[in-house]
Amino acid sequence: MSGTEEKHWLVRAKTIRWLWRGGIVLLTLLVLADFFIHAHSSFKIDGSFGFYSWYGLITCVVMVLFAKALGILLKRKDTYYDND
Amino acid sequence: MTMTDLPPGLVLLFGAFLLPLVGKNIRSGLILILPLVTLGLVWNLPTGSFVISSMFDYELVFLRSDPLSRLFATVFSIMAFVGGLYALNQKSVMELVAAFVYAGSAIGAVLSGDLISLFIFWEIMAVASTMVLFSVGGKQSYSVSMRYFMIHMFGGSLLLVGILFYILDTGSTAFTAMQPNNIGTILILMGFLINAAAPPLSAWLSDSYSEASFSGTVFLSAFTTKTAVYVLIRGFPGSEILIYIGIFMIFYGIIYALLENDMRRILAYSIVNQVGFMVTGIGIGTEMALNGVAAHAFAHIVYKALLLMSAGSVLYMTGKRKCTDLGGLFQSMPITTLCGIVGALAISSFPWTSGFISKSMIGQSAADANLMIVWFFLLAASAGVFLHAGIKFPWFVFFQKDSGLRPPDPPWNMKLAMILFAGLCIGLGIWPEFLYALLPYPVTYEPYTVTHVVNILQLLMFSGFAFFIMLPLMRRTLTITLDFDWLYRRALPNLFRRMFSIIWKADNALRQAFLLRLNQSLDLLSRQHKGTSSLLSHTYPAGSMVMWVAVILAAYLFLSFIH
Repeated sequence: MSGTEEKHWLVRAKTIRWLWRGGIVLLTLLVLADFFIHAHSSFKIDGSFGFYSWYGLITCVVMVLFAKALGILLKRKDTYYDND
Repeated sequence: MTMTDLPPGLVLLFGAFLLPLVGKNIRSGLILILPLVTLGLVWNLPTGSFVISSMFDYELVFLRSDPLSRLFATVFSIMAFVGGLYALNQKSVMELVAAFVYAGSAIGAVLSGDLISLFIFWEIMAVASTMVLFSVGGKQSYSVSMRYFMIHMFGGSLLLVGILFYILDTGSTAFTAMQPNNIGTILILMGFLINAAAPPLSAWLSDSYSEASFSGTVFLSAFTTKTAVYVLIRGFPGSEILIYIGIFMIFYGIIYALLENDMRRILAYSIVNQVGFMVTGIGIGTEMALNGVAAHAFAHIVYKALLLMSAGSVLYMTGKRKCTDLGGLFQSMPITTLCGIVGALAISSFPWTSGFISKSMIGQSAADANLMIVWFFLLAASAGVFLHAGIKFPWFVFFQKDSGLRPPDPPWNMKLAMILFAGLCIGLGIWPEFLYALLPYPVTYEPYTVTHVVNILQLLMFSGFAFFIMLPLMRRTLTITLDFDWLYRRALPNLFRRMFSIIWKADNALRQAFLLRLNQSLDLLSRQHKGTSSLLSHTYPAGSMVMWVAVILAAYLFLSFIH
C-alpha cells in the first residue's frame, strides 16, 4: 500500500469519530429503554433500572483487570516452549 | 439390508479409506457425498435400539436412536459435509482420511447404546484426531500430537477402568444415567471430563487445536468436546459438581482468551468457555437445562466451525496467525470478515443468531431452579464472551491496525462453506422452532420477548463499550500464558532432568571411587609380588587366557571320552 493512497473510508478519523458518537447514542437509548420495557426479574436486583447495562460494563472491566493481573504472573515470551 | 442394519457412522469411518485410492475429482465427490449419505441414514432412523451383538456375556448395542442421539449425529454429519467442502484444497490426504474416520467414530460414539461400543468409538476418535494433528508433519506437529495423544490415552484408560468397575458393580453394560458416587462411575466421569477439556487437564485443547492445519482445526473443534457433552448429558444429568466445573471452565476460557495473541488459540480457549456453559447446564439437569445444552451444542458446532473457518482462511491466505501480525484484512477479505463477524455475533448470543436461542435456555433454567449465584455468573460470562471472542477475534484479525496485508478471499469452496454456516447461524436464530423440534424434551421456551432482547442488547453493548474503553489494556503482546500443562511440559521434565543429573553424578562418582580402589589394590598386589613380572602377577593378554581355557576344556572332554 502506498502512502498517497487514501485510507479506506471505514478507518478514517472522521468515520471513527462518528462511530463513537453513534455508539454513545445507542448506549444511551438502550439504557433509557428500561423505562419502557416491562422488566421481569428472577432475583429482584435484575429487575432494577439499568441493571443489564451496568452489570455488563462492570463485569467486563473486572474480567479484563483480573486477566491483566494474572498475566503479570503467568505471561511468558511465546518462544518459551520452543526448545523443549 | 434395511436402514437399521448399518450404523451411519460406519459410512464415514470406512468410506474414509477409499479417499487415498481414487483420483482428485472422485475424492472431492466422495468427500461431499459420504457425509450426505450419513445424514440421510441418520434422519431415517426409527427410534429404538438396533445392531445388537454380543461380546462374551455382554450385549453391544451399536445403534441407539432417540432424539438426543439423532440430534448429535445430525450436527456431526452436517459438520463433516461443510468441513469436507472447506477442506477440498487440503493437500494432505492423510488429514482428510483421519478427519473422516474421526467424524465417523464420533457419530458412532453418540449412537452407541452401551459402554463397550462407546469405548471402542471413543478410542478410534482419539487415534484419528491425533492423526489429524500428526498429518501436518514436522517436529513441532509430532510433539504436539504426542502430547495430545498421551492426554487422551490417559482419559481413555480412566474410562476403561471405570467401565470395568461399573460392569462388575451392576452386571450391565447399558449406558444410562448414573451418579458419580462410586469408584466406577467417578472414573467414567473423569474420563468424559478430560475430553470435555475440564480442569485440571484443559490445556490439551488450546495446545493442540492451534497447531493443526487450516482445515484440521475446523474438524477438531467439533467432535471431541461435543461427544463429551453428549455423554455427560446421557450419563450425568443433574450431577451438582458439574455446575462448579462448568463455571470454572467458562471463566478460564474468557481470562485465557483475553491474554492470548494467536487467533486460533483465542478461539480454542473460547471452546472451553462454551463447553463450560454446557457442562453447567448438565449440572443443573432440568429438562429445560438439558434442552438448552443440546441446542447450544448444535449451535456451537456451527458457529465455532464458522469462526475457525474464517481464521483458517486468514491462515491459508497469509500464513500468519498472530494478532500482532494481522489487522486491516477487512479491506481485501470482505466475505471472510463478514462470515467471521456472523460467527462472532452467534457465539456472543446476539439476538437473531443461533447462540441467542440456545444459550438463553441455560440461563433461564438456572433462574427457574433458583440458582442465583450461578445465574449471575452465567450473565457475567455472557458479557465476557462478547469481550473475548465476539469483539476481540474480529477486531484484532480484521480491523485493529493496518498490517499492510491485502490477501484476497480464499477459494470458492472455502467461501461457500463459510457462507453456508453463516446462513445457518442466522437461520437458526430467526427460526428457532426447527432446532427446538429436534430437542430431547418438548420446548415451551420463548426466546424473543421484548424484555429479553433489550436486556441482552444492553448487556452486550456495554460489554463492547468496556472493550473499546479498555483497548490500551488489551494491546497484544508476543506472549503465551502458562497453564496446567506447564507441569508436564516444563516442571516435571526439569525435575526429572535434575534428578537424573544427580543420579548420573552420583553414579559417576561411585564408579570413579571403585576404579580408584581397584587400581590401588592392583598396585598393592603388584608391589607385594615385586612388580608385574613375577609368575602369579604376570599380565597375560585375554586372548591367550581364552586359548588356555579352551585347551583345558578340550583335555577334559578328551579324558571324559576315554574314561
